[in-house]
Amino acid sequence: MFDVIFLQFLNGLDKGAAYALIALGLTLVFGTLGVVNFAHGALFMLGAFCAVMFRQFLTMETITIDPEKLSPWGSPLEIREPLVQAWFGDFGAVLVNYSVPASIIITIPIMLIVGIALERGIIKHFYKRPHAEQILVTFGLAIVAQELIKAFFGPNPIPQPMPTDLRGAADIGAWLGMQAGVITYPIWRLVYFLFSAAIIGAVFAFLQFTTFGMVVRAGMADRETVGLLGINIDRRFTIMFGLAAVVAGMAGVMYTPLLPPNYHIGMDFLVLSFVVVVVGGMGSLPGAVAAGFLLGILQSFASMTQVKDLIPGIDQIIIYLVAVVILLVRPRGLFGRRGVMEA
Amino acid sequence: MTILKRGLSRRRVLQTGLAGIIGTGISPMIFSRGAWAQEFCNNPTGDTVTFGLNLPLTGAYAEEGADEQKAYELAIKHLNGEGDGGLISVLTPTALKGNGVLGKKVTFVTSDSQTKSDVARAGATRMIERDGAIMITGGSSSGEAIAVQGLCQELGVIFMAGLTHSNDTTGKDKRRYGFRHFFNAYQSGVGLAPVLAEAYGADRRAYHLTADYTWGWTQEESIKNATEALGWQTVEAVRTPLGAADFSQYLTPILNSGADVLILNHYGTDMVNSLTQAVQFGMRDRQANGKDFQIVTPLISELMAKGAGENVKGVYGTSNWHWNLQDPGTIAFTKSFGAAYGSPPSQAAHTAYVQALLYADAVERAGTFYPPEVIKALEGFEFDGMGNGPTLYRAEDHQCIKNVLVVQGNESPTSEFDVLNIVQEIPREDVAYDPAMFGGELGPAEPVPMCA
Repeated sequence: MFDVIFLQFLNGLDKGAAYALIALGLTLVFGTLGVVNFAHGALFMLGAFCAVMFRQFLTMETITIDPEKLSPWGSPLEIREPLVQAWFGDFGAVLVNYSVPASIIITIPIMLIVGIALERGIIKHFYKRPHAEQILVTFGLAIVAQELIKAFFGPNPIPQPMPTDLRGAADIGAWLGMQAGVITYPIWRLVYFLFSAAIIGAVFAFLQFTTFGMVVRAGMADRETVGLLGINIDRRFTIMFGLAAVVAGMAGVMYTPLLPPNYHIGMDFLVLSFVVVVVGGMGSLPGAVAAGFLLGILQSFASMTQVKDLIPGIDQIIIYLVAVVILLVRPRGLFGRRGVMEA
Repeated sequence: MTILKRGLSRRRVLQTGLAGIIGTGISPMIFSRGAWAQEFCNNPTGDTVTFGLNLPLTGAYAEEGADEQKAYELAIKHLNGEGDGGLISVLTPTALKGNGVLGKKVTFVTSDSQTKSDVARAGATRMIERDGAIMITGGSSSGEAIAVQGLCQELGVIFMAGLTHSNDTTGKDKRRYGFRHFFNAYQSGVGLAPVLAEAYGADRRAYHLTADYTWGWTQEESIKNATEALGWQTVEAVRTPLGAADFSQYLTPILNSGADVLILNHYGTDMVNSLTQAVQFGMRDRQANGKDFQIVTPLISELMAKGAGENVKGVYGTSNWHWNLQDPGTIAFTKSFGAAYGSPPSQAAHTAYVQALLYADAVERAGTFYPPEVIKALEGFEFDGMGNGPTLYRAEDHQCIKNVLVVQGNESPTSEFDVLNIVQEIPREDVAYDPAMFGGELGPAEPVPMCA
């Protein structure tokens, strides 16, 4: 039984890592700018499509017609040759193999620009408007982004292969000195968990140990006083919006081998991540991370047959059920502060 | 007395009464015999007739929907006498002439059903009531098919189902106005189980992951019955939501469940995702109960096999049809479709194309679009040349009885399309069954309900 529980726990960590990463970005935006950003899921989706675009660029092909060979339907056969591998040889092949992690290099600047443009272009005009209006405008932005991606890439998921070295499962049981082959888990899911933990740690370290982060934290606590000290807090908050977009984008990139992205992937995660933010406490970064992992783990355990036999359908409602219970017991969420969204 | 005061005689009253009786009662029987042609939903009066294509262009079965649309457009071209004629020349017997249907040019309207039953029903309603569709066809999900054929029965419009594999479609939910060319879950089980027993032995323990709707339920039941009859045990059968995308939380409990076979009762994107994720969990490299762990996908298509890539190699399943068959119908259709779209057709495209032609042929044979006459023409129709061998449109349940293919993921594909191998062609006699087995009532063809 230990192996079953341990595997479900691992699965919960891996799911929770995705929820926590998206919820972290949502909370960063809410904590700094006070904006309820429903376009955050779209930023996750745009990041995923950065990986798709990068791979499509790397796998461009030249097409030549071989008149001597025929396709199964009798037309002359098309011979396709990969272009990048022809240019760069073995390095090109390695680049194609590692296209998903390599696409982070282009994702960071793209998402930073998208985030800053979004904040300066549209969202800043809604700072002083009610939260309902912020939700409407950001939800509208998310729909526009979705439809653009659907128009360019079509409605179907586009599979993104993981690097061949990271396919298959790792024998974690053997690593822990247990019987081999009992506790195995997909390597890429472990990579995703470690990647998420590193990003979450980096964001916290950035906010905790840098002067920029200290100013941002001070601004989150009391924006007006920081402004009175002559610090351009708006500019720093704009950069934080860009940073949140980068975090969401990277989360999207690394998730593509686990779930082939389509135009709707962001919306699927957004709803769950919002529940995570509310359960964690609006504006609380540690709350978002803790709630992300908590709900991921609970969702994983709720899918066990033994649990589903006791309460049929529990795997579908567990997250919302927990949210209801926590909000009844702690209306501000697990780590929520007094006064946030209570005006 | 008042009447008489106005100058009406007894004779006049009798004459008027008699004329009234003739006018309201007898004359319809004398003069309108055959006039039913004007008394049904969307009777085409101009020089065109409209087919309603209800297709899942988004959602878990979107790829199948897109391929179905290509096939319908090709079929409509061929019906109108355009292109190379496709299967019209090989269908036997046929009344099709390549000049439309009953001389009317075929046009079409489409609706995206989003792989959702309620949206499919709303789309079909719109195409019937607003666009004047004479026939509705399409769908890649049994949930959609059952919802739409129920609607079509209510409105008196024929529904030629696309890809639907649940036993219920022509079983407990069958309808007089609904017809299915595609095979079903029972036939998959009967065809596949002996091949599995031969390949993997009779002592196996299976774990099912099942899409939680009508198709998944009946497929799980059919495969369980067929494999247990051969000696397999079922360890667990777990339901997963349609479109779940991430199946990892359902896969982890399998690892140490004591099962040595995973049966994925999933289709479309769900199957691609669950199979890929199962392989990522190392299931195909595992040993359980002293045997190699195996994965089976009872219903599989070329599109899904292509999406799953290397993960599908060696995996067994069943198909309604495959473009690599060597009969004249398959060769003609593959050539026609490949020339038009640059890829071979999927089984979804094939069944869609065939259904469009069979409806048109039935109308030509009936000599009218009047649905009860078209239904009579389809019921019990025995035909050949469409790529599945001799086929019977069974009158009792509107299920086509024909050969079923057992296929396997190709270990060494020679092209991106060469993803499935045909392992065995199960004769139709072996997959036929008592039409009463899955219950249900077809319901009446007449009186014909009116759609508006």
